[in-house]
Amino acid sequence: MAKGSIVAGCIAPHPPHLVYAENPPQNEPTSEGGWEQLRWGYERLRESLSKVDHDVLVLLSPHWQTYVGTHFLGLSHFEGLSVDPVFPNLFRYEYNLNIDVELSQAIHDKASNSGLAVKMMKNPDFRVDYGTITTGHMVNPAFDKPLVVISSNRSTDYYSVEVMQEMMMELGRVTREAIEESGKKAVILASNSLSHRHFTTETDVPEDMSKEHIASHAMHLWDMRIIDYIRTGQAQRILDEMPEFTEQAIAESDGGGLTWLLSTLSVPDYPGILHGYGTIIGTGNAVVEWPCHSHEGGSQ
Amino acid sequence: MNGSIVGSYVVPVHPHPLLVPEKNEGWGRIRAAFDEARNAIKESGADLLIIYSTTWPSIIGHQIQADPNPQWTLVDHDFHDLGSMDYSFNIDAEFAEAWNEANHNRGLQSRTVAYHGFPIDVGSVVALKLLNPDNAIPAVIVSSNVYANRSETTVLAKACLDVIQKTGRKAVAVTAMSMSNRMFTEFIEPSEDRIHSLKDDEWNRKVLEFLEEGRLEDVAQLSRTIHQQIRVQKVVTFKPMWWLSAMNGNRNNLTGRILAYEALHGAGGAVVQLDPTSTGMGDKEYDEDDVEYYKGERNVLSADEDATVSEESITPSTGPALWEPPEGKGAVNSKAAPKPVGMYPHARQVGDLLYLSGVGPRQPGTNTIPGGPIRDGEGNPVEYDIKAQTRAVVENIARILEEAGSSMDKIVDVTSFLVDMDRDFAGYNEVWAETLGHYGPTRTTLAIRALPTPIAVEMKVIAKI
Repeated sequence: MAKGSIVAGCIAPHPPHLVYAENPPQNEPTSEGGWEQLRWGYERLRESLSKVDHDVLVLLSPHWQTYVGTHFLGLSHFEGLSVDPVFPNLFRYEYNLNIDVELSQAIHDKASNSGLAVKMMKNPDFRVDYGTITTGHMVNPAFDKPLVVISSNRSTDYYSVEVMQEMMMELGRVTREAIEESGKKAVILASNSLSHRHFTTETDVPEDMSKEHIASHAMHLWDMRIIDYIRTGQAQRILDEMPEFTEQAIAESDGGGLTWLLSTLSVPDYPGILHGYGTIIGTGNAVVEWPCHSHEGGSQ
Repeated sequence: MNGSIVGSYVVPVHPHPLLVPEKNEGWGRIRAAFDEARNAIKESGADLLIIYSTTWPSIIGHQIQADPNPQWTLVDHDFHDLGSMDYSFNIDAEFAEAWNEANHNRGLQSRTVAYHGFPIDVGSVVALKLLNPDNAIPAVIVSSNVYANRSETTVLAKACLDVIQKTGRKAVAVTAMSMSNRMFTEFIEPSEDRIHSLKDDEWNRKVLEFLEEGRLEDVAQLSRTIHQQIRVQKVVTFKPMWWLSAMNGNRNNLTGRILAYEALHGAGGAVVQLDPTSTGMGDKEYDEDDVEYYKGERNVLSADEDATVSEESITPSTGPALWEPPEGKGAVNSKAAPKPVGMYPHARQVGDLLYLSGVGPRQPGTNTIPGGPIRDGEGNPVEYDIKAQTRAVVENIARILEEAGSSMDKIVDVTSFLVDMDRDFAGYNEVWAETLGHYGPTRTTLAIRALPTPIAVEMKVIAKI
């Protein structure tokens, strides 16, 4: 069997506003658009990924929050209605997705052997979180490739960003190993925003872009700093500054996705492609791709 | 009508007592305590259950469940292997809508949610399935806003009390929450369950000691300290105690009982009953501003500073001085009504008739204007809510009538004054129909150029005693 590989690693944020703005048939609420900078960013990402052969999307979602270990969806198929508990006015989505249980189990087993607390989720009544669905939709609206869905362990909340990073670096390492051993080509998706301070009010027309902007100047500075590291191939500096970034920008990197992503890519020293940046109810969001398939030694 | 809180409860949020009480003696005792609480609620004659749940976080203000019959099958994100939780609840949608409106009247961001498939949170599901399994008592569920501070949470409770009192409900207030919420981060056998640390256990016992003594307000005041000591930081804070204390008038003399205290995967789970009956032991020792109207940061959506709602735009910083209403023959003055802007009483009784001075929407004590003023401190026009103002006028009229021993149904004639008939008549008329219109007084509505304070509506009332 040929050695598997990670062909691309992406930051793929999940605010449901993006799906709402796309007006897909799966989502009941309808809109007049909005958040185009990010949606065009996703368009460029989809175009880029369409040119790279891949078998599976491996996704870590901050909205499947688990406090007792890291969990993996462990059944081959999930479908149902997802209603966002925070923005139910925007997101009521009929989902239908397939899971690569074999690869999920392989990552789970390797993580368990590494001493991480892990569990397969095999309850058929389980409702897949809206972060997974939003990122899944924006990257692959047809949902015609299987997913591996990994929960966000809240070790930052319990311990510290440093402990979270230690755990997520290990989870990233075993994820990469399991992919390589599987013979599959995988795209890695960290479903998170950057700065994460929300507005606490909503306009009557949620997609009114005249009201959209970053929550504060400090949040903007942090987002630009991280994006600069991404664009200049300095992923290690993101990891180095993760504690300050997570605390000061209230960043959604607290869910571990970004650290895990960088670990799966062996902390890339080549630039990530910024497909788009925009704010959603004040939070900073970037659509980023590390095209590791084109970098010798990337994840091979 | 006089509604009231007939009981309050603290209950844990974990699914173990619902799904697998037999797997651990402590979980079984929690389940038994839920049963005891359920019986006590039934015996109290309560006709409304209000759940404030920490496992329903919200961002855009508070959300209130308003689907009359939400149904789904819930699976916990962490404890999915314990089983599924089918639910079908009886939600008092009318109360939910009224609470939402009362929230807006008090300056809060708030909305109701009524969508098929809305994911009701695990804390609410466990509480309602165990406290109200036959859905005999209609329920309301409110979220816990992640950004809300004590002021906002207190005003949320006061808005809820507004509706309880207006509708004459006998309500039970429930907070779905953990004490210490630090769980084991690894998987354990049920038999291995215990409170995560001795420190957490000691804090839990201290908090429960306070609650057993009925010192709810003391616990609310210690909320931030308790959160720092025994809570996972980013999880919704110990703010349910702010809400529950405000629902009980910020008192320290309730009658408390601890029905159970056990470990739930390391977290502290307690079932606590707080009877409103005074023990006579304590007294109110409220050490923070007793907020009636929320004035915190709101219009953050606007990049235009001119459009930002400032405190000054809600509480008029300019305008005529306020007067103590004079006493005199037949004068009726109410401390529950806003102070007049001149030397005149709130009302005057002549024979069996009561003549009210012009009543506006300003709030007693704070002088704030629900729905906002019609102009800012510099005299520039600003957006306002005529319906909120009109409702506040009606509420002030009710307070003055009550002081005089009269009531809304005895109003004979009303003269209303609007400063912008074109803009405001429809909204004013709508609230009229919902309130005073029911009682059938005669009415005259006039357009005038201005009123002494930055309000849009005022009413002059004649009523019988």
